[in-house]
Amino acid sequence: MNAITWATFEPLLPEMLLVCTGLVLIGLDLFAEKTREVLPWLTVLGCVTVLGMVLGERNVSAFGGMFLTDSYGVFFKVISLLSVIMATLMGEHYRRVHGLRHGEYYALMVFAATGMLIMASAGDLMVLYLGLELMALSVYCLVGMNKREAVSAEAAIKYFLMGVFASAIMLFGMSLVYGLTGSTSIAEIARFTARTGLAENPALLAALGLMIAAFCFKVAVAPFHFWTPDVYEGAPTMVTAFMSVGPKAAGFAVFGRVLVSGFPELQPHWGSLLAILALLTMAVGNITALVQTSIKRMLAYSAIAHAGYSLLGVLAGTADGLSATMSYLLIYGFMNMGAFAILVLLSSRGAHHESLDDYRGLAKNHPLAAVLMLIFMFSLTGIPPTAGFIGKFYLLRAALGAGYTGTVIGAVIFSAISAYFYLRVVRNMYMSEPEGELDFSYSPGISAVLGLALLGVVGLGLLPGTIIGRAASALLGQ
Amino acid sequence: MIPLSWYMALAAILFSIGVYGFLTRRNIIIMFLSAELMLNGVNLNLVAMSYYLESMRGQVFTFFIITVAAAEAAIGLGIAICLYRNRRTVYVDEVNQLKG
Repeated sequence: MNAITWATFEPLLPEMLLVCTGLVLIGLDLFAEKTREVLPWLTVLGCVTVLGMVLGERNVSAFGGMFLTDSYGVFFKVISLLSVIMATLMGEHYRRVHGLRHGEYYALMVFAATGMLIMASAGDLMVLYLGLELMALSVYCLVGMNKREAVSAEAAIKYFLMGVFASAIMLFGMSLVYGLTGSTSIAEIARFTARTGLAENPALLAALGLMIAAFCFKVAVAPFHFWTPDVYEGAPTMVTAFMSVGPKAAGFAVFGRVLVSGFPELQPHWGSLLAILALLTMAVGNITALVQTSIKRMLAYSAIAHAGYSLLGVLAGTADGLSATMSYLLIYGFMNMGAFAILVLLSSRGAHHESLDDYRGLAKNHPLAAVLMLIFMFSLTGIPPTAGFIGKFYLLRAALGAGYTGTVIGAVIFSAISAYFYLRVVRNMYMSEPEGELDFSYSPGISAVLGLALLGVVGLGLLPGTIIGRAASALLGQ
Repeated sequence: MIPLSWYMALAAILFSIGVYGFLTRRNIIIMFLSAELMLNGVNLNLVAMSYYLESMRGQVFTFFIITVAAAEAAIGLGIAICLYRNRRTVYVDEVNQLKG
């Protein structure tokens, strides 16, 4: 029996600090009303500190392999924390414009971040489930945060019911895996499967199928995407931005960890299944986005399509593919956060300005906002020299290298289709006459988000080697 | 002694009843109860396997699932109350402002 010492808990320090930050935020919000102005900055401070600690983490396997601080996890932790920081800064702007007084917004954001960090580090199905639920429960509340708005409550109940259903399906799959392999540790499952030749067992395949279905629910992969457009549209815009980046990245973290580390023997089975799902997801996302008139809903369908692209790296099942997915999710985080930040910027009290027509002639009156939106839309389409192009290029190369030529051809075709709806926004901004006057101002929070997103999209586009190298070494070094 | 397959069959039946209820009922509370039934099927599975495998992990997992389900119930009912205040309904068919 090992003695429990302080060193046992050391790998958990960042998560503990985040939980403490969340508790302090709740306390300040309750008992010190005058400090409410500083809550967003306190959240950012806490998250940046944790980000620093995460980057300095050593590769440790704590609690008997249940909690792994390897570089694969660290990479996803960075994406999750960046999404929380940017969503918090957007919340600061939203609070100024809409007079939002919810201190719990920041606390819930921090708790969701804790859940995502635990998911990224999970080396055991139990830890994975607890991290997933901590994240999901916080996000259910965040979606329904605008209590007085009927659409917010509707989005929350839809997301909640779908999430609970998906969790139950995932747990049934996990219970079958436990019964078959006698363990819940991901590494032990892989060892047991290899040792006993269980790979062709139909019960194990069924259990894996149930788990894949539930993960697809969480990352919005077709045919399990039906909740996504409604929930993304009904949630407050900065929560939508957060959901489309952080929880999705954390979902892909467990997707990759469970499939590649837990079931490498079954790659021929889940690889071809995911290839079909990826193609279906790209088709549904890109084609449905064509007919949307609301930019927020269009970005929701675009989020589905991008989940399809990200799958391309996972289905390859190689270190190359996973590193492509990881860097794509980081790049996607920057460009999607940027696009949503423009949406938050343009919304004013009482009017959300989310329809395509609201963007007519934006370039005439507000050239800066229009240029930023142009860059983010180009990047989402995948036009060089933006980061979106680099990300897609590595994904397609990885899938091609693994031999999924048909899927790659489909991805390229759907990517070309997506240019229509992204560039329609640009056309509206630059080639139409303004209809009404939009009145908005840049707050420190939103300026910081836009600056960060711009830096990410342009910087990663011009210097892609650094990030791809980091993602690749994350996998090779473990 | 009752064989493991009986427990697993019962768990699968419970889970299937839950899935059926979730997909066919339209009252949010009943849908949520069906999801809880699915979770109980999982719990039964885990406990039975834990006993037959002589490993504690399954039982520990069950405790975590029960705890999380309690938190989930609190949040779910909170959201349902919020929805009822806004719309005066708890039927998903009548909750249809968001579509397209």
